[in-house]
Amino acid sequence: MGDWKTITVPVLSSDSKNIFQYTSEKKMSAPSMNSQVLRLPLPSSKNMHSFFSAFCTEENFEQSISYLNRELTTLGFPSIYVESKGKELNLISIINCMNELLVRQHKNLRAQEEVEVQHLKLSSDMDHLQNCYAKLKEQLELSKREIVGLQERDRQLQSKNRNLHQLLKNEKDEVQKLQNIISSRATQYNHDMKRKEREYNKLKERLHQLVMNKKDKKIAMEVLNYVGRADGKRGAWRTDKTEARNEEEMYKVLLSDYEQRQKQLLVENAELKKVLQQMKKEIISLLPPQKQKPKERSEDGPVLSDLEEDIGELNKENMWELSCETVREQLTNSIRKQWRMLKNHVEKLDNQVSRVHSGALNEKDVISREDHELQTEKLELEIQQCKEMIKTQQQLLQQQLMSPCDDDTTLLLQDCYLLEERERLQEEWTLFREQKKNFEKERRSFTEAAIRLGLERKAFEEDRGAWLKQQFLSMSTDYKHSENVTTPSAFLGSSDQDNRLLKSTSQQRKPHCMLSGPVSAEPCQTSQYIIRNSSSAASKKAAGDSKPNQWVESDKEETE
Amino acid sequence: MDFSELFKLSGLLGRFSPDGKCLASCVQYRLVVRDVNTLQILQLYTCLDQIQYIEWSSDSLFILCAMYKRGIVQVWSLEQPDWHCKIDEGSAGLVASCWSPDGRHILNTTEFHLRITVWSLCTKSVSYIKYPKACQQGIAFTRDGRYMAVAERRDCKDFISIFVCSDWQLLRHFDTETQDLFGIEWAPNGCVLAAWDTCLEYKILLYSLDGRLLSTYRAYEWSLGIKSIAWSPSSQFLAIGSYDEKVRILNHVTWKKITEFEHPATIANKRTIVYKEVEKSPSVATERLSFPPTRALASSLFSTQSKYDVSQVPVSLQYVKPVADRANPKMGIGMLAFSPDNCFLATKNDNIPNAVWIWDIQKLKLFVVLEQLCAIQSFQWDPRQPRLAVCTGNSRVYLWSPAGCVAVQVPVEGDFQIVSLSWRSSGDSMALLSKDNFCVCYLEREEV
Repeated sequence: MGDWKTITVPVLSSDSKNIFQYTSEKKMSAPSMNSQVLRLPLPSSKNMHSFFSAFCTEENFEQSISYLNRELTTLGFPSIYVESKGKELNLISIINCMNELLVRQHKNLRAQEEVEVQHLKLSSDMDHLQNCYAKLKEQLELSKREIVGLQERDRQLQSKNRNLHQLLKNEKDEVQKLQNIISSRATQYNHDMKRKEREYNKLKERLHQLVMNKKDKKIAMEVLNYVGRADGKRGAWRTDKTEARNEEEMYKVLLSDYEQRQKQLLVENAELKKVLQQMKKEIISLLPPQKQKPKERSEDGPVLSDLEEDIGELNKENMWELSCETVREQLTNSIRKQWRMLKNHVEKLDNQVSRVHSGALNEKDVISREDHELQTEKLELEIQQCKEMIKTQQQLLQQQLMSPCDDDTTLLLQDCYLLEERERLQEEWTLFREQKKNFEKERRSFTEAAIRLGLERKAFEEDRGAWLKQQFLSMSTDYKHSENVTTPSAFLGSSDQDNRLLKSTSQQRKPHCMLSGPVSAEPCQTSQYIIRNSSSAASKKAAGDSKPNQWVESDKEETE
Repeated sequence: MDFSELFKLSGLLGRFSPDGKCLASCVQYRLVVRDVNTLQILQLYTCLDQIQYIEWSSDSLFILCAMYKRGIVQVWSLEQPDWHCKIDEGSAGLVASCWSPDGRHILNTTEFHLRITVWSLCTKSVSYIKYPKACQQGIAFTRDGRYMAVAERRDCKDFISIFVCSDWQLLRHFDTETQDLFGIEWAPNGCVLAAWDTCLEYKILLYSLDGRLLSTYRAYEWSLGIKSIAWSPSSQFLAIGSYDEKVRILNHVTWKKITEFEHPATIANKRTIVYKEVEKSPSVATERLSFPPTRALASSLFSTQSKYDVSQVPVSLQYVKPVADRANPKMGIGMLAFSPDNCFLATKNDNIPNAVWIWDIQKLKLFVVLEQLCAIQSFQWDPRQPRLAVCTGNSRVYLWSPAGCVAVQVPVEGDFQIVSLSWRSSGDSMALLSKDNFCVCYLEREEV
């Protein structure tokens, strides 16, 4: 904010000098004074009046006007007089001048405002920068202190390090010293030992002499009889020839051992060479033709051609199976070269795969490693499963093939089969028996029914016969008695029986229904009779259960 | 698996004959020869004094019995029980005695290692070898029995003499660059002789049959060095076990180290199988308890059964740090043995006394670790197949083969602490020896 400087108005006098000074000041230092001037709070109306009246009073009216005119004309305004000289005031020009002055005043005020704003901004920026500066200063202080602390620590650690090095050196020196002490003591002990040993040897010699001198007859071997040599040969004298022979034997033994070892080593060598050759071939086959990238072609071209030459040479030479230094070196060098190439190639593939994963390239030939691995895993699983299946099948096959050969197992198997069959048969038997029982029951029931039927039929026939008889008798007692008797008896018997059977069957089937037939006149009687007969027939039937065959036979006879 | 009953034994002297038909055992001053299959006593010989050492001749016709106190060696014949032979060293004393490979000469080492006397059973001739070295393995015969290497020491320097066994002629005599030669051993192919220095220096020298130095190998300086060595049956590898708990394998082509086997206390490799022996609590069928309890029942109640469990890797084994100020400390690789098919190497680290480490030589990796409850006393490979028998001082014998492992309780009454075992040459039975007794164990084919 700006300074609100209250400038005490200088002496409120009508003295124009002060005012001139005042105004000249105003002109001179426009910007700075402007603020001062502009900041002047408009005093109260009273003061204002006094202020404004301080310039022009009734006494100096003319002078003030002329002064104003002069000022205005110098400022470029038209004169306020009507003419250049004269005392009449041109009101219009005065008003115009006033307006112009007002406009200028407004402009100045605006400019002042703008300047104030800028000033505010600048001061705030300044404050901000001062704050930043203060903070940075603090940080700088802190970091300086830190650096000092770290340096101190570094110094301490270095001194510690030096101490440790020193200790290590001391320890090493001590160890060396102790080793020297040990070695010196060892030499001393050896020397003493040797001295003691010499004394001991002297004693031994002495003792030996004494022992030999004594000619101890006891030192002898008593044996019943001498035993033959293990290999049956006779003992031989020791001569130079035997010595030579022994040497020969020894060298033969050594040579044979060396030869054996050499053979083994040769075989191993040959195998390893074969393996290396195979590896080389495989590595070459694994490496891509490298036609895609022309850059590398130029690099690997000569190398490849060299390798091809090498291959050719080595193949030729290995056919002769030399094992001299140069061939060996060539082989190992060529394998090393190719191995390096293969490594590079694999690394390139890895890079490619990683690029594919990151999504940059989309090469179709490059399968992502994960897919490849998944596939290989699947294939391996399949292979394992197939192998297991094959194994189990083989085992089963073997079992099947083996089983007939083995007597015990075949007997056992036969026994098992027999048992199975027996059990099955037993089951079937039980089934059969059950069925048989059922059949028997049914048959019995059927026969019972048949018996009943027969009895009922019989009863029915009898009834019919009787009824017919009665009818006939009732209709014509004298006439055709005997004839009717004979034929109806034969006829009736059967018809009676038929009727009875029918009725009995119908009776059997529907025991509660009344007989509704052509005979209506005497149904009750006949039914009664039939009922009675049927009951008797039923009782007969019950009794006749035991003789179904006979009854059936009789039925058969009747039907026939 | 069948077990015979216990028989008396003294001095851990129970040996199968090389042809596998007989078994010789000593009880104080008696030598008992039994038939292997029936364990019937075939012969019984009485010696003049307590027997300290017996050895069969290579053709299984003779047995020598050495009595060091009296300085006498008696030789018995199996064909003719009446035949006798007595070798008296008299005032020269006797420290060691052994057969020559042809089975007709006896090499006696006199007291203070003054000389080695070669007594012949065929002729009246006697040979002397002077200045033999007083070390653990001073005499070595090639496998085919043609040559003998003897370690000698004259004027504070070590020498090796190679003799032809057929006529005892000196073939080669050369000095070795060792401080104090500790032992010599022929390779199975009979062409290379390994000679190694005392444990104060790690140095092993390889000499050809004709005395040329083929190679020297030193792994490190100053610390205690070689403790045990073993040749592979094909002579391809030489395994050197040292006091720093490692086994180094040299190959026969370049005589350089091809690999190192470490024996740490913690096994972390997932591919290693660790069999741990665990005790099964004895299950007592209460219905069958009777009063007074039978002897068998009593012994079975008190003897705990054990079986093998597969432990999950990582496994930490019991590590024993020996006292620092004693000589010959119980640390380092004390036992080494190759399997007969050259596929496995069994080792024992004396710092971890309860474990047997079995290495796969084809892959040069640790294959199996057997963790036992007690300290391993001895182990031996079956001469025919890759089957390892282990004994730990209790009455159980443990068998391992690539198919698995099994712990078998020997069904004997009383205490039977198996300290040593030896296989029959055909691989179908073995003798289990304890301090006072022994028993024979018969294995079926394809046992494990």
